[in-house]
Amino acid sequence: MASTFTRMLSSRNTAALVATLGAGTLASGYLLSESGISAADKKKLYPPSADYPDLRKHNNCMASALTPAIYSHLRDKETPNNWTLDQCIQTGVDNPGHPFIKTVGMVAGDEESYEVFADIFNPVIKDRHNGYDPKIMKHPTDLDSSKITSGVFDDKYVLSSRVRTGRSIRGLMLPPACTRAERREVERVAVQALAGLKGDLSGRYYSLTDMTEKEQQQLIDDHFLFDKPISPLLTCAGMARDWPDARGIWHNNEKTFLIWINEEDHTRVISMEKGGNMKRVFDRFCRGLKEVERLIHERGWEFMWNEHLGYILTCPSNLGTGLRAGVHVRLPLLSKDPRFSKILDNLRLQKRGTGGVDTAAVGDVFDISNLDRLGMSEVELVQIVIDGVHYLIDCEKKLEKGQDIKVPAPIAQFRK
Amino acid sequence: CVMGNDWMALSPCSKRNGFEYPDLSQHNNHMAKVLTPEMYANLRDKETSSGFGVDDVIQTGVDNPGHPFIMTVGCVAGDEETYEVFKDLLDPIIEDRHGGYKPTDKHKTDLNPENLQGGDDLDPNYVLSSRVRTGRSIRGFCLPPHCSRGERRAIENLAVEGLSSLEGEFKGKYYALKNMTEEEQQQLIDDHFLFDKPVSPLLLASGMARDWPDARGIWHNDDKTFLVWVNEEDHLRVISMQKGGNMREVFTRFCTGLTKIESLFKEKGHEFMWNEHLGYVLTCPSNLGTGLRGGVHVKLPNLSKHQSFGEILKKLRLQKRGTGGVDTAAVGGTFDISNADRLGFSEVELVQMVVDGVKLLVEMEKRLEAGQSIDDLMPEQK
Repeated sequence: MASTFTRMLSSRNTAALVATLGAGTLASGYLLSESGISAADKKKLYPPSADYPDLRKHNNCMASALTPAIYSHLRDKETPNNWTLDQCIQTGVDNPGHPFIKTVGMVAGDEESYEVFADIFNPVIKDRHNGYDPKIMKHPTDLDSSKITSGVFDDKYVLSSRVRTGRSIRGLMLPPACTRAERREVERVAVQALAGLKGDLSGRYYSLTDMTEKEQQQLIDDHFLFDKPISPLLTCAGMARDWPDARGIWHNNEKTFLIWINEEDHTRVISMEKGGNMKRVFDRFCRGLKEVERLIHERGWEFMWNEHLGYILTCPSNLGTGLRAGVHVRLPLLSKDPRFSKILDNLRLQKRGTGGVDTAAVGDVFDISNLDRLGMSEVELVQIVIDGVHYLIDCEKKLEKGQDIKVPAPIAQFRK
Repeated sequence: CVMGNDWMALSPCSKRNGFEYPDLSQHNNHMAKVLTPEMYANLRDKETSSGFGVDDVIQTGVDNPGHPFIMTVGCVAGDEETYEVFKDLLDPIIEDRHGGYKPTDKHKTDLNPENLQGGDDLDPNYVLSSRVRTGRSIRGFCLPPHCSRGERRAIENLAVEGLSSLEGEFKGKYYALKNMTEEEQQQLIDDHFLFDKPVSPLLLASGMARDWPDARGIWHNDDKTFLVWVNEEDHLRVISMQKGGNMREVFTRFCTGLTKIESLFKEKGHEFMWNEHLGYVLTCPSNLGTGLRGGVHVKLPNLSKHQSFGEILKKLRLQKRGTGGVDTAAVGGTFDISNADRLGFSEVELVQMVVDGVKLLVEMEKRLEAGQSIDDLMPEQK
């Protein structure tokens, strides 16, 4: 009898079925419909069109790319970890976006998401990363900082230099999807590896759950502490679950190398210092990253990486290098020049306020960093920032002397 | 890839019990009180047939440690089956939250307004408005924390279809949140009908705000005395209200409207989630049974300053809130007074407690106004 019902239920909706049976059999109809159908069968009662999100008011990469046909094709798929398309896109459905700022609108729950849901991730990646096509293009990884030239800026203009990226531990689900056990495992693996760092890289870990008031204040004063995310872009993706369990901050004693654990990615790696020595910042960055990678390899772990997408992170915007290299630089005259934005565009640079993403500049000091993440190597991107910032400082100096400046020709986007 | 670690040898998403149990050391909610590591280990591999697991049940309680003074529930149901599959966790929570209600107890439903005594004569000089609300879930559909967009839209369609066929004092109109005009929105705000996207982390963490405002809306009758919320914290929230102190009329309309809606659903082959142990089944365990909150906005400037105010309310099985609803403070001595219970008492019994209790409170207020004592009016524990 159960199989008859199941077959009937798969071809028409529950309401029609139960109505046909009549009031007297409502109870048994309920029992069979509740205990006789699996979650998978229940889902098939609704055609994909019934579940297709209403994206008419939306302005994000996911909404631009997700046609009913793609949704229909992917809705019933799951990664080997049972992560679904609906889970990937939830943040984009819940956050329609802003007319001026196009957010990505989807996240990965695991490494396999990028493969299983390639039909939606690929167009999103293409949109976000200026035409990069994961199907045919290869991403170059290069952490050889010795190739960098002219990597030191005039301290009169550049107040600080910083390089950040993210790394995911292969085999464990990403922050939107991970269980508490997996998140704790990420913490354990990372902290164990970091404990092996020596010399100028040796440091210590501060778990968010165990931090003392004093430690917390110190980390705030150092501008190291990260808070529970409040941005709905992040909370709707589920990455703030179980906060502050298994979250923490590691930094070296010199406070120039910092790791965030289990915030938006498994790990975020940051190298920074006051002043304009970007070369030294990037040297330390590469050295530290390679050392951490070696230490996790010793224990049989590795980072998520493949030759098309580079380093795999939670948000498609951070694929490839996941790298943002930048400076805090004073540009009082240039920033008021109407050509400022165009100059930045052509240099493939982005400006932010000194509070980071979505903040405004204070007192003519800007956060200037690379726009791109995917399709060019770490060395290439850092060189672009170095060359670009030298150009900006040059413009500033020219304007100081009353000389005119030129908008540079646009530089190439992907490596030839 | 090489996994050099026993832990990872288990499975891609293996969950070792000891490492999966949430850290509840800072927590003060019903779930945290009840969920031992052992219980968690037993429940971890269970799932309802729609795929709702224990982590889904407790996520809101893990993410919201609670308050030293206010004991939240800390878990939700994703479907009707949740209360059965996770009874080891939910039964003790229900017992603690609902005054000792046992797994073997039976809940009585009584929506016959004739059984209410009095209630039409609360002094309107003190009682500014009267209101009764409850929730209803449609059997066969997942609840707001877990439902798909398709299910949520189906619920909306069913609700709108049913409500649109109501007649007489119940004739009304539906306003879908996503189609509302600016004018309609302003009117609904002015009428105090509009509900917003939840901001409370208690609700957000459970997943019930997903896909907002898709398939959410407000229906109300032309008289603006009967209101239905669709797909907010529950499938349906049903509200009957009016100015003044005629709670009897409010409750009569409430019962009549609910009964009509229920039969409309039955005609289309749907029924409400209900069983004889838990009564009406809703998303939050705190709303089981009747899901009923019957209350008034009442002026008690003198009584509210009396040292025994809290004790009196407790004895009357009543609860005070500010006039903005849950988690708000009273303004100008005007309080929202309602029944504290939901489960183990029928609808009529609960509204009777409100009617009798508020009558007494108003009497006490008048005495205190006149400078007289209220010692002889002190109630027994109900």
